[in-house]
Amino acid sequence: MLKINGLHARVEEKEILKGIDLEVKPGEVHAIMGPNGSGKSTLASVLAGREDFEVTDGSVQYMGQDLLEMEPEERAREGIFLAFQYPVEIPGVSTTNFLKTAVNQVRQHKGKDSLDAVAFLKMMKEKMKLVDIDQSLLSRSLNEGFSGGEKKRNEIFQMAMLEPTLAILDETDSGLDIDALRIVGNGVNALRNQDTATIVVTHYPRLLEYIVPDFVHVLYNGRIVKSGSKELALELEEKGYDWIKETVDAAV
Amino acid sequence: MSKDNQILEEFTQSDYKYGFESNIEQESAPKGLNEDTVRFISAKKNEPEWMLEWRLKAYHHWLTLKEPTWHNVSFPQVDYQDIIYYAAPKQKVSPKSLDEVDPELLDTFKRLGISLEEQKRLTGVAVDAVFDSVSVATTFKDKLAKLGIIFCSFSEAVQEHPELVKKHIGSVVPPGDNYYAALNSAVFSDGSFCYIPKGVRCPMELSTYFRINAANSGQFERTLIVAEEGSYVSYLEGCTAPMRDENQLHAAVVELYAAKDAEIKYSTVQNWYPGDKNGKGGIYNFVTKRGICAGDNSKISWTQVETGSAVTWKYPSCILKGDNSIGEFYSVAVTNNHQQADTGTKMIHIGKNTRSRIVSKGVSAGVSQNSYRGLVKVMKRADNARNFSQCDSLLMGDQCGAHTFPYIESDNSSAQIEHEATTSKIGEDQIFYCLQRGIGEEDAVALIVNGYCKEVLNQLPMEFAVEAQKLLALTLEGSVG
Repeated sequence: MLKINGLHARVEEKEILKGIDLEVKPGEVHAIMGPNGSGKSTLASVLAGREDFEVTDGSVQYMGQDLLEMEPEERAREGIFLAFQYPVEIPGVSTTNFLKTAVNQVRQHKGKDSLDAVAFLKMMKEKMKLVDIDQSLLSRSLNEGFSGGEKKRNEIFQMAMLEPTLAILDETDSGLDIDALRIVGNGVNALRNQDTATIVVTHYPRLLEYIVPDFVHVLYNGRIVKSGSKELALELEEKGYDWIKETVDAAV
Repeated sequence: MSKDNQILEEFTQSDYKYGFESNIEQESAPKGLNEDTVRFISAKKNEPEWMLEWRLKAYHHWLTLKEPTWHNVSFPQVDYQDIIYYAAPKQKVSPKSLDEVDPELLDTFKRLGISLEEQKRLTGVAVDAVFDSVSVATTFKDKLAKLGIIFCSFSEAVQEHPELVKKHIGSVVPPGDNYYAALNSAVFSDGSFCYIPKGVRCPMELSTYFRINAANSGQFERTLIVAEEGSYVSYLEGCTAPMRDENQLHAAVVELYAAKDAEIKYSTVQNWYPGDKNGKGGIYNFVTKRGICAGDNSKISWTQVETGSAVTWKYPSCILKGDNSIGEFYSVAVTNNHQQADTGTKMIHIGKNTRSRIVSKGVSAGVSQNSYRGLVKVMKRADNARNFSQCDSLLMGDQCGAHTFPYIESDNSSAQIEHEATTSKIGEDQIFYCLQRGIGEEDAVALIVNGYCKEVLNQLPMEFAVEAQKLLALTLEGSVG
């Protein structure tokens, strides 16, 4: 589904990704972990097509297409979803209205008819249960005045509505308490199936207690320095990142 | 070229959608303005002597005035002798029904999306369509007449209801009020007249579309709305003009009169030709709009969505004379390319416990200049007067300008006046967020701008709010800052 080869990217003059290789197959959950500043969020942003980052080398294949040639909205319509670390506020635009626009543009792209208000509302009601989100929240301006937890839940709700092929969660756990974490984890799990894949970007291993990954990768200084199974996450939980840093730095 | 610039470029190349010209024979006054022009117009309209005298007095006063220069707009000197002051479609007899109206003229309206038949049937809106200077067809008149409501062209009102016109004309905007008001008073061609009798709630939105068609013909309409005690009316004015190279002058006067417990809601959607992307052509829109809350507990609410005109000079105002009266001003002003807008309101608090609310949303793109200018004045007698003003500016790109000129004058220490102002740019983060959800760039801008203007758009009658939203999207096609 996704094949990243030797990906280099920089912001302004600073190189952040220094050669990433990663392959994600349908049905898999990959966790990207690493200390702060290792390039995790940059990787998520580059995959989503954010313009602040310049890809200087490498390639990304997504469903047989050259992902780097695609516009951000095209990537989204082709099934890539990014749950933002810091979801933005859009005053005066309700989540409902925003999502109706998004869902219908994605449907249009796939050659499907737009959903009318009734069908859309029905779909919304179903998906709301997944993340335990209140309808009153959805009629308010998008993310405006939402608590940290509400914003993150709203991200997962949007993900449920858009039914992505590849979901990328960028530090969705940051700022969440245990209950919110469980709700978010349950939501993501409910959406997992054999045709979709998930990349979970996180600093803390605790989210992985709820979303159990098939693979764990440790990103440090712009490279994946260690990959393993879910046990790697447990090891990180115990030991922190310092031992990895030391190993890598010693090898240089 | 960065993507933003590319999009701005695309935006500046979008063409005016309403630029076409109707080929209808015109009957016109000779170019220029003198006493004879005024007499010509008055005679054409078969006006009574008092009306002519009123016009002439205004004309002579106009001669003593100078064009204002205090506004934050600049444009070449208007040659008032190079304008045709009266142009009417030639017609043998005035039409009694739509069937008798020139089909090409009706087609013009259709292309503007305001098919009279359609509106009659679907929306229940009574439309008084002003085509250049003569009212073409007035619908729903009979239904309104049963309630005692008068809704007709201004010329007709002068003939049929002279006592009402005589009583109210110039009572809110005196002929000598300002340069453009004086000019209008001398040469006004037509417009709408609306009278709601005591205790009547007008059952439908009253609507007028103005359209400037003839080359070099200024349009000087005049609207007068009188709401008697305890009555209510909601009125909508929408405007479009075909594409022209020469700048066309538009100097309208609107007067609203609200008696005790009466309420007038006046909404405008204006999308006159703004000129091309190099700033050539476009309408000069110099309008005086003012309402008086003459009686206690009366209310006047202005809502405007301004997207057109090369130059806009316009301050719909409220004189809050009656105790407990309320004035409101909700405005969205969008400028792009070389457009210049200097718009706002004046709230004059005279009565006790009077309240006013100002919500102004400016959106600037291209190299346009967008100014809010507002006055809140509290007179000595106006105990416990209250005002709340909010002026927000949204910038797209880095070559446009947004300015705010709030004036506050208070002669009563019990007054409470609040003013809030913000300036922001459309965030790249907001755009990217939309893109990431599969929403295209243009739709993203439209969504964000509509959200930003929501508080104002919500004030519009439902069907027009939808129109206004579409218009905003159209005007801002491809613009990102």
